[in-house]
Parts: sequence; structure tokens; C-alpha cells
Amino acid sequence: MPRLKLPPIRSSEITAERFFHMRREVLAGALGLAAVTALPRASRAAAAAPGGAALKYTRNARYAIVDKPNSYEEITGYNNFYEFGVDKTDPAANAGSLRTRPWSITVGGEAGVTGTFTIEDILKPHPLEERIYRHRCVEAWSMVIPWVGFPLADLLQRFKPTSRAKFVEFTTLLDPKQMPGQRRAVLDWPYREALRIDEAMHPLAFMVTGVYGRELPNQNGAPLRVHLPWKYGFKSAKSIVKIRFSERQPANTWAVSAPGEYGFYANVNPSVDHPRWSQATERRIGGGFFAARQPTLMFNGYADQVAGLYQGLDLRRNF
Amino acid sequence: MAISTDRRYRFIYKPAAFIACLVPLAWAVAGILQLPVPSLGADPVRRVLGIFGHTTLNLLLITLSVSPLRALTGNANLLRLRRLLGVFTFVYALLHFLTYIGPFQGFSWSAIVKDLVKRPYITLGFAALLMLLALAVTSTNGWMRRLKRRWQQLHRLIYVIVVLGVWHYWWQVKKDIREPLVYATLAAALLAWRWWRQRRAATSSSALPRVRETT
Repeated sequence: MPRLKLPPIRSSEITAERFFHMRREVLAGALGLAAVTALPRASRAAAAAPGGAALKYTRNARYAIVDKPNSYEEITGYNNFYEFGVDKTDPAANAGSLRTRPWSITVGGEAGVTGTFTIEDILKPHPLEERIYRHRCVEAWSMVIPWVGFPLADLLQRFKPTSRAKFVEFTTLLDPKQMPGQRRAVLDWPYREALRIDEAMHPLAFMVTGVYGRELPNQNGAPLRVHLPWKYGFKSAKSIVKIRFSERQPANTWAVSAPGEYGFYANVNPSVDHPRWSQATERRIGGGFFAARQPTLMFNGYADQVAGLYQGLDLRRNF
Repeated sequence: MAISTDRRYRFIYKPAAFIACLVPLAWAVAGILQLPVPSLGADPVRRVLGIFGHTTLNLLLITLSVSPLRALTGNANLLRLRRLLGVFTFVYALLHFLTYIGPFQGFSWSAIVKDLVKRPYITLGFAALLMLLALAVTSTNGWMRRLKRRWQQLHRLIYVIVVLGVWHYWWQVKKDIREPLVYATLAAALLAWRWWRQRRAATSSSALPRVRETT
């Protein structure tokens, strides 16, 4: 396997200590308030002790939001990962059969550095940081998740994409033995997702390796997944084995499966409905039975950062 | 000492069916109150919506099974349970609808009206609910007497309701149609049995001498 040339870590990527402390205060305040208002939920969260090895990371104050994060139990026990079954509790129940070591990732297409790399080579040079991101599912529910990872751009730049690299495609592992959901043709396996290169290089685009300070559990896309907080969840490919740079726009699995319902961009947009439900509001998981819906924000609340990427693009047509 | 069939139905079978019908509701309520029952999970609203919706479909199919079971076993007493099952079908459909109106949509009437108009599977479900309401209201002995033959005609609406109900479920499933397929198969079998029986009755009656009006 070819070894990667490692770019030096930029000092701007390391969180200054004053931000580190500031963020803790904000979070502590939010948690204190939430503890009073959401006692039953807090007690349930405590019941499920986080698994996985503890990670070394810093907290990135730029990406801390005041919303109370969902519990570890909610984040790891309720999600869509059709490779392990179509119910939202299936991934947690069935992902035990996934082996995340050894793991390798094949990089190809329009890039200077291509080949197959071990997960260790992929991860080694990247200092980890925590970012608290809003997560909005296309099904109109949402969560707040303290991911641990590193900027996707930092990884992609190591492969030296050429000027012809207009898009980047991520492919999830295909192995029905480890991923029992793939034994049925619910989707056209393997799962593929893609981004425009400027979207992928955006500072918000995050390569995730952990949650709540611990290694990512299998059901959340271990060992490596992306998270794009301004897009619907299905854009964020999990358990990635292939990264490919291309000149032409790749197909993405859900858009192939139901082109009238899921597009290539899948930006969170309250004014463009899914054909079968409104996207104007969402239900935040963890609020309990009587929690009110909340308005969905344009680009999931990240409009200030990402709206510029889509200037001149008809978002109604490019949903 | 033998208990009469009447008493057995009144004091044992009917109350047992009544309690059995309450189990899904009891589970949902206990789950919402966070009592020690199997948890409703991270999204209790969707779960309760599902419990009530599934129970409606289950009870619809059970209600529709009464007639075939009677024909199969020759036990006409089974009919005594049918009204109870039918009324509970309506109760769960109503609970399903109220969960959608309140906890799911947060009483946002504009969103609800938009759903009803724009989303065919919601329109279908709502139509089925209105029909169930008509059947529940006319389920009393008084209405049976008043409507006479028309009562039976009206209550054949249950065939339409089961089709709409399964359709409503099928249409909102994202990808995995196994479960709606099971419901559709069972509903089709129950309707096919009725069609087959009616056809048999029709052919046996046509075997009687008839006056031919054409050549």
C-alpha cells in the first residue's frame, strides 16, 4: 500500500484554550437548564453507558451550539442505516456483525494520490476535535450530536485532487455477511453518496470518527463517516470504503431509488416539501410525547456559512 | 354445572375480548407516562402513531375474519363478538388520528389541512376514518332496527375501509413494503372469500328454472 505524504497540521486547526473554556461554560449552562426541564430524559440517558474507546480530542468552540445535545442512547439507538435494517432501532440491534479493523479505503479518480490506504494511515495525521452539530433527517426529525472528527477538506486535500475533480463520491462497504440489511434489495447496494467538490471542501463538512468523546459505534457508521449538517442525513455516507474524485456528477443511492423524492443536493430547506410530507417543521428527538414541533431553519441553521455555495442555483429544482 | 352459551359470552368471552382490545392502548399510555413497560423508544410520538395504526389494521382484519370463521366452524355465536371488535377498530383509528393531530402535528391546522389536501395517503386515511365513524355511530341495536336492510348495505363499507386502510399504510412506507404486503394479502384473502361465496350463492340460485327473455 502506498504511504500518504502527510501535510503539516495548521496551527489554525487547533482550538485556542480560551475558546475551549468558553465552550464549556456555554454547554454547562445549557446542560444545567436542561437538567431542570428534562429530568426523565436525563435519567434514561444515564442508563446507557457509552461504549467504545475514549478518544483524544479538543473541543471546537466555533461549532458549539446552545441546543442541548441528544443523549448517547438516542444518538446510537435511533437512526437510519439501511445496511442493518430499515427500522430505526435495527442498526443498534444488528451492527455487531460489522468488523471495523482491519479496514481500508480505496481512493481513485481525478487525484494525484490514489490507491488503497489502511484506516490507520487515513486517520493518523488528523488531530480530532469535537463539534456539536444539528442533524436533520429528511423524515422531519432532528437531533443535536456531539461528533468527534476532523475537517473533511483536510483529508481530501491529502489526495491532491486535480482541476478536473468537480465532485467527490463516497461508497459504503458492501458485505451482506457483515451488513445483514444488504441481503435484501431495499436499495441498490452499495450505498453511494456524492458532493460537489466545493461542498466537500467547506469547513463545515466533517469526517466523523467518534461521538460523545468515544469511538463511533458501528451503527453510526464506524469506522469513518461524513456529516454535513446543512444537508439531510442521507447525504452523509457511513462506513466508507471508497472515495472517488470525478469530473461528472455521480449518482447517489436515494436519488436513484426515488428520483421524485430525493435529489442530489438534499439541502435542508423548509420551503421545499418532500412529496409526502412538509419540511417546514421538525420533531426534535428526546422532547418526549408532548414536545412541540420546531421550525426547520434554512440550511438547518447554517445558512450564514453555506448559502454562498448555492448562489444562482434554483433550490426548488435542485432539491 | 354447565354455563349457558349466553352467559359464557356475556361474562367471559366478551370481557376477555374487551380487555385484550385495551392492551395496545394501555401500553401506549404507560409508555407515555414512562411506567416500567417496554419503552416507546427515542421517538414516542411516531411509536404511538404506529401502535394505534397497526392495531386499527389488525382489528379490521380480525373483524373481517369473524364471518369466514363462522362459516368454517359453524359457530354462529362468534357474531356476538363482532360489534365489540368493530367499535374498537374505530376507537383505535380515532386515537391514531388524534395522535397525528396533537402530538405529531402540534395542532397546526394549516399543516393538517395541507396534508389532507396534498398528501393522498392522508386523504385516504381520513376518508377511511369518516366511514368508520358512520359504522360506529350506526352500530347500536336502535340503528340496526331503524335502517333495516340498509344497515347491512351500509356496513359493507368495511370492505372499502380495509382497502383504504392498507393503501394508506402502503403509501407512507419508504422502501420496505413487506409489512404492508402482509396486510394487503390478508385483506385480499378475506375479500376474495366473500366474493367466492357470493358467486357460489349466485350460481346455485341461477340453477333454478328461469324465464328466458332473449333468444
